[in-house]
Amino acid sequence: MKVLVPVKRVIDYNVKVRVKADGTGVDLANVKMSMNPFDEIAVEEAIRLKEAGKADEVIAVSIGVKQAQETLRTALAMGADRAILVVAADSVDQDIEPLAVAKILAKIVEEEQPGLVLCGKQAIDNDMNATGQMLSALLGWSQATFASEVDIDGDSAVVTREVDGGLQTIKVATPTIISVDLRLNEPRYASLPNIMKAKKKPLDEKTAADYGVDVTPRLEVVKTSEPSERAAGIMVGSVDELVEKLKEAGAV
Amino acid sequence: MAVLLLAEVNNGELAMDATAKAVTAAKALGDVTVLAAGASAAAAGDAAAKIDGVAKVLVAEDASLGHRLAEPTAALIVSLAGDYSHIVAPATTDAKNVMPRVAALLDVMVMSDVTAVVDADTFERPIYAGNAIQTVKSSDATKVITFRTSTFDAAGEGGSASVETVGAADNPGLSEWVEDKVAESDRPELTSAGIVVSGGRGVGSEEDFKIIEALADKLGAAVGASRAAVDSGYAPNDWQVGQTGKVVAPELYIAAGISGAIQHLAGMKDSKIIVAINKDEEAPIFQVADFGLVADLFEAVPALTEKLG
Repeated sequence: MKVLVPVKRVIDYNVKVRVKADGTGVDLANVKMSMNPFDEIAVEEAIRLKEAGKADEVIAVSIGVKQAQETLRTALAMGADRAILVVAADSVDQDIEPLAVAKILAKIVEEEQPGLVLCGKQAIDNDMNATGQMLSALLGWSQATFASEVDIDGDSAVVTREVDGGLQTIKVATPTIISVDLRLNEPRYASLPNIMKAKKKPLDEKTAADYGVDVTPRLEVVKTSEPSERAAGIMVGSVDELVEKLKEAGAV
Repeated sequence: MAVLLLAEVNNGELAMDATAKAVTAAKALGDVTVLAAGASAAAAGDAAAKIDGVAKVLVAEDASLGHRLAEPTAALIVSLAGDYSHIVAPATTDAKNVMPRVAALLDVMVMSDVTAVVDADTFERPIYAGNAIQTVKSSDATKVITFRTSTFDAAGEGGSASVETVGAADNPGLSEWVEDKVAESDRPELTSAGIVVSGGRGVGSEEDFKIIEALADKLGAAVGASRAAVDSGYAPNDWQVGQTGKVVAPELYIAAGISGAIQHLAGMKDSKIIVAINKDEEAPIFQVADFGLVADLFEAVPALTEKLG
């Protein structure tokens, strides 16, 4: 079974995000970029499936700017076998919407015929939480989102999902799409020898046009603004003072 | 304009708070029809009919809709979609599972976690863990939206909408429910509680989380946790507050032993009053706190429990 893992290049999760003064977006110039943390978990899970003999090949895919090549090299260094880069944007400021990403991925799925697509539940830039579900819809496949436990067994998968009330376990027919949540695994760090080896692994470069997908956004970004700031508070010296302040504020 | 709103129904029961908050957001867009779907959903539909601003309720009862599996629920919504300009839901994990699937089947984009309605096509939503607010204008024929409930007040009760039944769509039969592990609790629900007491990595263990719970119980509060506390196994996943967990905006939020990573702040910074207790005076949580106390939580939290109430 092949496993396909889409990965997104996003602002590093430790970087403080700054809104551009002219309201056109978030400042991504000279900012550290990394693999979306949820996608790292998906890559790790795919590699573990291969190590357990349940997958034969792990293919990483990234859709966006050319620099996403670096993100794919990270996936290859972690243990993916090969990579596909789909260049769909000229500028880092151009975010390809989940619907367009899902359409391109659907074409890649047709070509590659994976038994499983493992993806992050959301990207930490647009926080949309949509690509996996959309891809599943376009393919007419089952979906198992927000996974914290995955057990692949032949033509089905048993997946435990993190939901508002606690945990839900479902059984889905394969091929399937699983979107992963934080607690599925802890991704490995790529070792230096593996980083060197990754440079020699195959990386195909394509464009959105190769797949005949129109990536024109459906959502026009009218403006991007700073969230409202909270007024500065005060420090209290003791529990007694805290209780007094809370009572004055009518909070308790 | 006509809006179809997917009600939050759990085991036949309407989640009133989440649904009524989404109704408030949806009312601004047009006449609201609420869809109550489930293995049993009639009672939920009757409850939804009483929410102010609801024009009509559709009840769909079928075994395939029993556990909100994405494929049959999305198929049902798509079968009804033709009559509506907007298809919306409260941004729960159930809706986030279903609505993007609905959007792709309709060949439109989804707008997740919308926090404000500007006009029928234009909406505000947080991006980058709430560090920026994006205003987007949709050119799609049908707008598919989930509303972040913490930013809308619940619509009142007193309505008397008509209730109709609709049939389920064909179940594609791609998935089946196995089990739910839901913790039973007498505490208020995290996303609708007036007071939330949260613990972080500083709490140190599952046993010591009891001091957080004791303060919560004294205040009649819900219990929350940071990602670090959940990842460390001190607290269950459904307590997580933050970018990828629950977003809360209670009257009072007490954070104990939480440093205040941006991913956590994303889930609670709209709370009315924020109290932070942390022994590290440099902790970023103090920058959003109304009242900060630099103290050992193992002394301060039990003392607070004793002195309050």
